[in-house]
Amino acid sequence: MACSPGGSDPPQYLPGGSDPPQTPPAHGGLLAPHTPSGEASGLPGAPGSWDLTIRALRCWLVVYRRIWRSSIASSFLGPLFYLGAMGFGLGSLVNAHGTARLGGVPYLEFVAPAILASQSMTTAMSESTFPVFGSVKWNKIYIAAQATPLRPADIYRGHLLFNTLRIAMNSAVFLAIMAAFGAVRSPWIILGLPAATLTGLAFAAPVAAWAVTLEVETSFNYVLRFGMIPLMLFSATFFPLSQLPGWLRPVAYATPLWHGVELCRGLSLGTLTMGAAAIHVGYLVALSVVGIWAGGRTYRRRLYV
Amino acid sequence: MSSAARRDDPPVDVVSPIRSGYLRVLPPVGNLRRLKNAPGPVGLGGRPPQAPPTAGRAPRGSARLIERHARAYRHMWLVFASGVAEPLFYLLSIGIGLGVLVGKVAGPTGQLVPYREFVAPGLLAVSAMNGAMYDSTFNVFFRLKYEKLYDAVLATPVGPFEIALGEIGWALLRGAIYAVAFTLVMAVMGLVPSWWAVFAVPVAVLVGFAFAAVGMAGTTYMKSWQDFDYVILISMPLFLFSTTFYPLSVYPRVVGVIVEWTPLYQGVVLLRDLVLGVPGWDLLWRAAYLGLMGLAGLRLAARRVAKLLLV
Repeated sequence: MACSPGGSDPPQYLPGGSDPPQTPPAHGGLLAPHTPSGEASGLPGAPGSWDLTIRALRCWLVVYRRIWRSSIASSFLGPLFYLGAMGFGLGSLVNAHGTARLGGVPYLEFVAPAILASQSMTTAMSESTFPVFGSVKWNKIYIAAQATPLRPADIYRGHLLFNTLRIAMNSAVFLAIMAAFGAVRSPWIILGLPAATLTGLAFAAPVAAWAVTLEVETSFNYVLRFGMIPLMLFSATFFPLSQLPGWLRPVAYATPLWHGVELCRGLSLGTLTMGAAAIHVGYLVALSVVGIWAGGRTYRRRLYV
Repeated sequence: MSSAARRDDPPVDVVSPIRSGYLRVLPPVGNLRRLKNAPGPVGLGGRPPQAPPTAGRAPRGSARLIERHARAYRHMWLVFASGVAEPLFYLLSIGIGLGVLVGKVAGPTGQLVPYREFVAPGLLAVSAMNGAMYDSTFNVFFRLKYEKLYDAVLATPVGPFEIALGEIGWALLRGAIYAVAFTLVMAVMGLVPSWWAVFAVPVAVLVGFAFAAVGMAGTTYMKSWQDFDYVILISMPLFLFSTTFYPLSVYPRVVGVIVEWTPLYQGVVLLRDLVLGVPGWDLLWRAAYLGLMGLAGLRLAARRVAKLLLV
């Protein structure tokens, strides 16, 4: 996996002196000159913070252009399989036994939005653990990017933006499948796309901020096994929270996935109240903001040695 | 002495007669492919270098590889131990949550069993498959392409067949430990109604063998990490649709027939029938299915390792 092939542009260099570049390239490489905005470094002709983030993002898009086939398969068929097995297969058993505990909702409609939210988490975790670590340690994309005008914060935000796009893509596909299966009750589910993406971002931002600091990758195993899997199983995804023992429920309320699941489920069933929505969104936004702030710091500490 | 070229010898570009009385090819490091058509060691009957070496020696060389992994994992025992936790979380979540939602389902012979008892052996089969697949795909790929472990191993008397057997053996050892832990927890949770369950651990190891061998063989064809999306693409539907979570009767007839021929389904039926204490004669051919699948995978894996690294 490398940054350059596929969409490699011939290297273009910043023109000397203070002349603004004559023609901005249609699609610039990492070193491509750009329209002057100068807000990042204060130098005339220097690209702005947002431009640099987009350039870092572009690197990942170039990579993705080469590997999208295999990832499409897993991000399209994976949720389809899950929905089929859990919603229909298991659902037929649950519905036969009675859905009073679910508030009378068929199991498919109960579980589908929860799978949407937990899929966002899974995508976020897989895109922000090993790929981030590998960019420092294995294929060293970050090290290469750091030798360009990109600053660590740009590298972080570019990668995070790419991860967010991946989460949004997977969520959009899943929503379409949900709708096709008739697992949706309310038109509010349109907002499920930003809701699921926000859920993913709330995981991706802090996890990437942490992943970049590591020296060995073993910690990922613990986070996946003792963090992600219990979250997936006990955050009111496959059964309502009321079935958890009372002392465990506050723990579930504190986890980000529960907020994501409640948000998506409320939108899909049309039962979401404004107050609940504000709490869930507020929690997820706060977590994302803290993560983004921390990421800028940890990336700087790691990449400016 | 296997046909592998010893890397620690000084690189010599010619065929030279050296110790133990037969000729050996000493290719320069990193340029093995150039010698693809070089003559094999005469002392071993002129066999071409890429042929798998004698299987008779396999256990000893494989044991060495397993010992190597055990030593390497000493520093990571917590990773090893944490693998026990994953199926337990599933078991717990089903015990608390789904079990209550589903109530009772029809077991193998049509009798109603609590959902927890129904799912637990299925999860044991799934964890045997997943553990074996993980070890024999991701880990083998890393050792093959990045760690270059097998290049190092082939520089010793250990040959490709022994590598394949050792890797699969290691995956099975690991899987057996997890299976024992899982079965014990099942027993503690009161999910093991029959003494037939003593066969659960060896059968879980058999399931592991089938998938580890095929997984390792498949891994030798992989080019990059992206190819692992295809591993997930195979293992996930097996996990979800092999009647792990619900009986076969849920499916339409056509789907059910297809599912009946998939490998994990055999493992799920084997374990479920044994744990619930209703074994039938069909379990024998199901076990044979898994055994043959494993042997075929083992043979292919050994050939591929030899082809990739010894030519």
